[in-house]
Amino acid sequence: MDKNQALFEYALRLGDSALIHGQRLAEWCGHGPELEQDIALTNISLDQIGQARNWLALAGKLEGKGRDEDQLAFLRDVEAFRNVQLVEYPNEDWAYTLVKSYLFDSFNELLYRRLAESSYEAFAAIAAKSLKEIVYHKRFSSEWVLRLGDGTELSHRRAQTALDDLWPYTGELCEMTEVDEVLLAEGIVPDLKELEANWRAEMRDLLNEATLQIPENDHVHTGSRQGIHTEYLGHILTEMQFLQRAYPGLEW
Amino acid sequence: MQTAEVQRHLEVLKQINDPEIPVLSILDLGMVREVIPLDEGGTLVKFTPTYSGCPATDLMRAQITAALTEAGFGPVQIEEQLFPPWTTAWISPEGREKLRAYGIAPPVEESADKNILFGESPQVPCPRCGSTNTRLISQFGSTACKALYACNDCLEPFDYFKCH
Repeated sequence: MDKNQALFEYALRLGDSALIHGQRLAEWCGHGPELEQDIALTNISLDQIGQARNWLALAGKLEGKGRDEDQLAFLRDVEAFRNVQLVEYPNEDWAYTLVKSYLFDSFNELLYRRLAESSYEAFAAIAAKSLKEIVYHKRFSSEWVLRLGDGTELSHRRAQTALDDLWPYTGELCEMTEVDEVLLAEGIVPDLKELEANWRAEMRDLLNEATLQIPENDHVHTGSRQGIHTEYLGHILTEMQFLQRAYPGLEW
Repeated sequence: MQTAEVQRHLEVLKQINDPEIPVLSILDLGMVREVIPLDEGGTLVKFTPTYSGCPATDLMRAQITAALTEAGFGPVQIEEQLFPPWTTAWISPEGREKLRAYGIAPPVEESADKNILFGESPQVPCPRCGSTNTRLISQFGSTACKALYACNDCLEPFDYFKCH
């Protein structure tokens, strides 16, 4: 794999993860438990979709086949997506959504901090800009994990169930592939295994404080780096891509 | 030092407001990083968006092109400059005053408030009565750049332009 191909794949991975997470959070629009929380999740969704736009626009340039961010977002099918499977998981309830967000945000904060120092300027620029937003996102999701985990018997139970279900999707975020190896050798991206140790330590501290038990299940759901996804992604794309599929080229 | 020609361009750009906070121009926000009249004719504008997903960005870009073209400075090229990332520190002193007068508390910069050092919410003075006895209601407000606060003294809720 050459460097350009690896850059394209990496930009897709980050762009698609932000896009699908943003799309999932947008499903809360009009359904939040309180107006402020509804607004919070849609604000975060908007940031995620903005980040996705930056990454996918860059991916399109790297690919050099004339595809822009809209074509990449709305005209690819499931197996061409590179987002981590974690973000495909349905929102279920408030606890699921916030635990999922916390897992994603806390990983991203560490990853983007490193990417902001990347030797590849285009990555560093998008990462530095996104990082400012991710810090808010993590603050919001981690406060909720604390509140729910160390809350009532019901909120604790729901948060623990979410953590138990979502935990097997965390390993994939740190999976190293040829894409990572090629870019790591160039000093463009961090070693995810090294980052994983810090991430797990940070999560352990917060989850302990939230009185949540870290699941002993060490199974890892994997496959997204090769375009293998959960069954949920197809359903997400069906809704997200409907307009461009039904009315090709339609503009806002 | 701005040349007279750049100054004429800036006079045009000063008329373009943020559609979501219409009292602020794109110059008050510090989004226009550089204006370069090109030798071959036309203008290059280096522009930094605020938040990645801010829906007002596309409209502002279109307005820049339209306004400069109408003033005879076209064709207009806009170069999006992501780095260094936009920060509220770029909002002009006049912009901060306009925000306050409009009822939005301007960003409290880090040096001004030790609460931020401890990861707490900043102490934000109420833009209506000036009281610092205020509370955070939500970190996320009516637009990406704002948080919701309420004043404990005059009891009015208000928007706070977050430090970013």
